[in-house]
Amino acid sequence: MKFLTSILLTALLSFAACLYLPWWSIAVVAFIVAALIPQKPGKAFLTAFIALFILWFALCFFLSSANNNVLAHKVSILIIKMDKPYLLMTVSALIGSLVAGLAGLSGSYLRRSK
Amino acid sequence: MKLFPFIISAATTVGLVTVLNSTLVLPAPLGKILNPQSGVWQNAESANENFNANLIFPSLKGNANVYFDERLVPHVFAENDEDIYFIQGYLHAKFRLFQMDLQTKAAEGRASEIAGSKAIQFDREQRRLGMRYAAENSLIEMEKEPKQKALFNAYTNGVNAYIEKLAPKNYPLEYKVLNIEPEKWTNIRTAMLLKMMAKMLSSGTEADLEGTNAKNIFMPDELKAIYPQVNDSLVPMIPKGTVFEKPAIVPIKPANADSLYFNNQKLVAAKQAYKPNINNGSNNWVVGGSKTQSGSPILCNDPHLELSLPSIWYEMQLNTPTCNVYGATLPGSPFVIIGFNDSCAWGVTNAQRDVKDYYEIKFKDASKKEYWFNNQWQASKLRIEEIKVKGGISVFDTIAYTIFGPVMFDASYNGMATNVSENRNLAIRWVAHDPSDEASTFYNLNRAKNYDDYLNAIKSFQCPGQNFIFASKTGDIALWQQAKFPARWTGQGLYIMPGQDSSFMWQGFIPQSENPHIKNPERGFIESANQRPVDSTYPYFIPGQYLIPRGRAIEHYLTTMNSITTKDMMELQNNYYNITAENIVPTLLKYVNEIELGENEKKYLDNIKRWNFMANADSKGQTVYNVWWKNLQQFIWDDELKKSKNNVAYPTSETTMELLIKDTALIFIDDINTPQKETIIQAVTTSFKTAATMLARYEANGGLEWGKINKGSVYHLLKTNMPGFSRPNLNVGGNDDIINAIHDSHGPSWRMIVSLTQKTEAYGVYPGGQSGNPGSKYYDDYINNWAEGKYFPLWMMNKAEATDKKVMATINFKKG
Repeated sequence: MKFLTSILLTALLSFAACLYLPWWSIAVVAFIVAALIPQKPGKAFLTAFIALFILWFALCFFLSSANNNVLAHKVSILIIKMDKPYLLMTVSALIGSLVAGLAGLSGSYLRRSK
Repeated sequence: MKLFPFIISAATTVGLVTVLNSTLVLPAPLGKILNPQSGVWQNAESANENFNANLIFPSLKGNANVYFDERLVPHVFAENDEDIYFIQGYLHAKFRLFQMDLQTKAAEGRASEIAGSKAIQFDREQRRLGMRYAAENSLIEMEKEPKQKALFNAYTNGVNAYIEKLAPKNYPLEYKVLNIEPEKWTNIRTAMLLKMMAKMLSSGTEADLEGTNAKNIFMPDELKAIYPQVNDSLVPMIPKGTVFEKPAIVPIKPANADSLYFNNQKLVAAKQAYKPNINNGSNNWVVGGSKTQSGSPILCNDPHLELSLPSIWYEMQLNTPTCNVYGATLPGSPFVIIGFNDSCAWGVTNAQRDVKDYYEIKFKDASKKEYWFNNQWQASKLRIEEIKVKGGISVFDTIAYTIFGPVMFDASYNGMATNVSENRNLAIRWVAHDPSDEASTFYNLNRAKNYDDYLNAIKSFQCPGQNFIFASKTGDIALWQQAKFPARWTGQGLYIMPGQDSSFMWQGFIPQSENPHIKNPERGFIESANQRPVDSTYPYFIPGQYLIPRGRAIEHYLTTMNSITTKDMMELQNNYYNITAENIVPTLLKYVNEIELGENEKKYLDNIKRWNFMANADSKGQTVYNVWWKNLQQFIWDDELKKSKNNVAYPTSETTMELLIKDTALIFIDDINTPQKETIIQAVTTSFKTAATMLARYEANGGLEWGKINKGSVYHLLKTNMPGFSRPNLNVGGNDDIINAIHDSHGPSWRMIVSLTQKTEAYGVYPGGQSGNPGSKYYDDYINNWAEGKYFPLWMMNKAEATDKKVMATINFKKG
């Protein structure tokens, strides 16, 4: 239950935070959620990681599909040097999930240190 | 101890965020760019994007509507002039902000703020050319009349109204990738943009430095033959036989010109590093009612520029109660630049005239504070330029301004010279520095009702020299070559001139009324394609970097064409006739020694023997000709020109062609580096064999078809920094000397055809799309049509058609 709640809460709050704040506010969100909901460090990492992977991949996918991947084709050549829109979405999602995962891990460790 | 894992993981998180949010480690801030809520994913415009909007601005005077047609061309209906230019600025910013920002910053010499240290030399050269100085002078003129100033202000306010409401997540993609911010617009940035055009079109049309070095290699009569003022093959814009008035000014050659100037053998190392492409030319022509099927004139124009995505042009219709105009606009400037209204149409090509001269300055010392002029030391104005560099420290450059203009080259700056032993202090005298307001010409042209209005509109246009072509619904056709042109004595300004007194300065300007012009000629057509405007009977000395072949090809067709339709004109704009080849190939075939050729070489020769002289994409003959002719020219000239370590002017292809046809024993054919004397047979055969090895390589790497060699391409403005954003290797024919002048990333940047029938019938296309957003389907959607030579009908909409099914979206502007 905590596992699912953490994922949902991290995803939702991250989405809300990024409406107004810079992209790295996801780290703050994941950190706070992990500090509040007691989980083992490994699980805290995983829930934050999954939350942001799903959220960012879904957002990219949604935006890019409406765009017929016109932009994703070009940007993938620019950033990953390959014409692979879905790989670019994966890379984007990984950036968010790694940052959030590490922040979640930190939050969990902080809770344990008390 | 329990804190330890926390500290490690927290530090890692912060470190990762820092890396992903900056360019400390990565070439781009990937977190910023790739996050879906504010990164580039936000620029992925929906295929069904809804452009409808209602906008309220307090600075508007009335209400206005913008109707977008299915190609995303805005048709703007406003109640007054100020509002229409406010909206033009707003729309330019909405669709082309990055390009306006980049181009004007680059023009000013601020590219390093965007590109970092690799652009420092570019910036130095822009500043040493006095680009900012030119724009400042222009701005004074633009803002002199309050009514005129209000129009530029309105445009600027429109651009800024868009920028002010622009959230970072909606920044154009390039800002995100480069990690920079948009900069507010000002009137001087509009002036900068027009000076960018002035540089593009009138800062490469002289060859003073290259000519100075040539003087050291060739004898005076050789110089005249190799670099002729009037080529034999020239077909001028103003037909031969036209009688010119007696000149109002007869400049006097200084008594010491021979010793100090013509016979001065001093070399120069300086070389402009960013000299504009000499083929920044264009075609325009107009056929009168006597030659058209409809009985009304047809006007055609295709300006040849560096092709880019986003395109330099943005299509618009601007309608107010006193003006209804359609055409190509320049993002960064108000008004329509090339287009038509309800009464007439106009277009431009480049004059290619030399309006920039170099004067050698003698400084008192290295401080450049004083220079010797008219027998005394004069104080120079030192302008200290700060070049800000992205990711680095500022570079400062001190530029001395003299009575002539800025000292562009000196001990501290030599462009891309390879040889530093011939350093000279060179000031430039350039017409683009003189105060002038070119923009108002377009304001007036947009409203011109007849020939007199047109003439009044263009009279004040000073730089760059343009061939303004004109046609009206009343049946008038006309052309004026217009600019402020110096009146020179014969030979003045071909080489670096002495700058220690006033004797070599320009003595005046050719009166506007004496500029080459023609109206309603009996033959029923007028054309200009960057050739010399007049034959040798014109009473002024007018050097320039003229381009001859396209004008000849156009004349070749228009002379015999009758009952012309718009479809005929489309075909002519896309024509591939290689007139130079038709002239020179018989000589090449006559002198090539076939006995010396192998099997494969003979096969290439067959390609050219069977060739119809059309440079289309699948032509192999054009490829063989192109490589062979280039190699032959190198065989003839390289031995002489490479004697100099400095930059020397290369004779034009047309001149070489004329010399060879006239004299097959031309002394320059001999390779001066060999003991024996080469003949034309050896030159033609050797260069063919050299060409053949190159052709074999082409054949192995994809084929000999010209379209594969010509490599027609449209690159993103940031070129190779933005792979994937360009459209390279379009399979198109053409060349710089072909009417359809596509070559590499250069060519027709806007093709327009306007038939001035009672209801105007107009067509146009440019290699790009209306949206500057690479994430929009409107980014490059015209390119295929352009490459295939297809056109779009240009819709001069009237307000009653607002419910037409062509109207895809509407933006309502309200004052509030």
